[in-house]
Amino acid sequence: MKPPAFEYVAAESEEQALELKDRYGDDARFLAGGQSLVPLLSMRLASPSTLVDINGLPDLDAVTVASDGVRVGALARHADVLAHVEARRVQPLLAMALAHVAHATIRNRGTTVGSIVHADAAAEMPMVLTLLGGSVEAASVRGTRTIPAPELFLGPLESSLAHDEVATTAFFPALAPGAGVAFDEIARRHGDYALCGVAALVDGDTVRAGFVSVSDVPTVVDLSGVADEDLGEAALAALDPAEDIHASAAYRSQLVRVLTTRVVRAARDHASDRASDRASDRARGTA
Amino acid sequence: MTEELHDVRLVVNGTPHEVRVPARRLLSDALRHDLGLTGTHVGCEHGVCGACTILMDGRPVRACLVLAVSAVDTELTTVEGLAEPDGSLSPVQQAFKECHGLQCGFCTPGFLTTVTAGLRDNPTPTHEECRDMVAGNLCRCTGYQNIVKAVERAAEIIGERA
Repeated sequence: MKPPAFEYVAAESEEQALELKDRYGDDARFLAGGQSLVPLLSMRLASPSTLVDINGLPDLDAVTVASDGVRVGALARHADVLAHVEARRVQPLLAMALAHVAHATIRNRGTTVGSIVHADAAAEMPMVLTLLGGSVEAASVRGTRTIPAPELFLGPLESSLAHDEVATTAFFPALAPGAGVAFDEIARRHGDYALCGVAALVDGDTVRAGFVSVSDVPTVVDLSGVADEDLGEAALAALDPAEDIHASAAYRSQLVRVLTTRVVRAARDHASDRASDRASDRARGTA
Repeated sequence: MTEELHDVRLVVNGTPHEVRVPARRLLSDALRHDLGLTGTHVGCEHGVCGACTILMDGRPVRACLVLAVSAVDTELTTVEGLAEPDGSLSPVQQAFKECHGLQCGFCTPGFLTTVTAGLRDNPTPTHEECRDMVAGNLCRCTGYQNIVKAVERAAEIIGERA
């Protein structure tokens, strides 16, 4: 369980990091938090010739909150995004989901952007980005481009980042004033990979739910107009729960049924709580 | 082929050390093999068990998921650095002793570092918060009940000593 040998470069500038990635392509990997990459190295499931450590680059750890949403830099640790009060206010689903990302010790080092581009359908943040209609900024020596979440996830652990690109920022859109969100997941232990996880976004008549661990890529299902008792089956029609050592496919399907209904209701409650908070704020403002 | 070596300055428990290591040296191995600080235990080596948890700039991290070369410019605290300056047990160590929060002791360094930081951030945790604090650490001996009791007791001791 030791990583294979590789060249190591502690990048001193973003330009240098991008040039190295351009030169080595898929043979070079970026090291940010390393909470997925280092185990892959140790298990020899990845053997890049070059590791470009971006931890020393300035400003990439910023979490920037504006009225349109939250921008998370490539070096922002899960723990810092989770603790960010303004980020939580503008997009409450961020903190709801981040509390379920691994254990606190892993969140201290692991980065949100790294988790997204790792593109694991058993991870929370790729799904959250997809459900919210977010995007990722990718940079290369050729320039920068914005990749919308649905175009980012191609398959299990496969993103559409080109061989010379690095993700520099993830953008999570703000929650609309009348909307509500909720998240829940079932895992063997809190912090373990979810057997099934569900997030819901309710905005007026629009109901969308995103799913963790029950499909190959982060999957969002439109459940608008579906009666409460049919939510689980409607979701299952778009999903493909698989059996593994932790749970049977039938059990995962049952979790989809139970959690989808529970989480959609919670998101609806969240929307009405926010509406009444706003009403009381307005009442106070005019009193 | 000879592997390139990197000169790395690691500050562990307040003491700076210079080590020459290959880039692939895990921080857990650098602490144990290069510095002889064998208090940090290595269990699963892929981030699951929590035995190798140390504090990096005060925050718990898995030493097996950090490369030694990327630990430059950080302050590291291992289990060897937890005792009081006079050598007596820290509140968390004292509580684990009092509550029988360890049996074979293999997982203990990871629990001690995790709980030390956890109680610093939340000095008055609820029972649930105590359980959550140690949820990322595996113990095959105790069944966890006495570990959770030790977390609660450690919070008391910190209050008593304050």
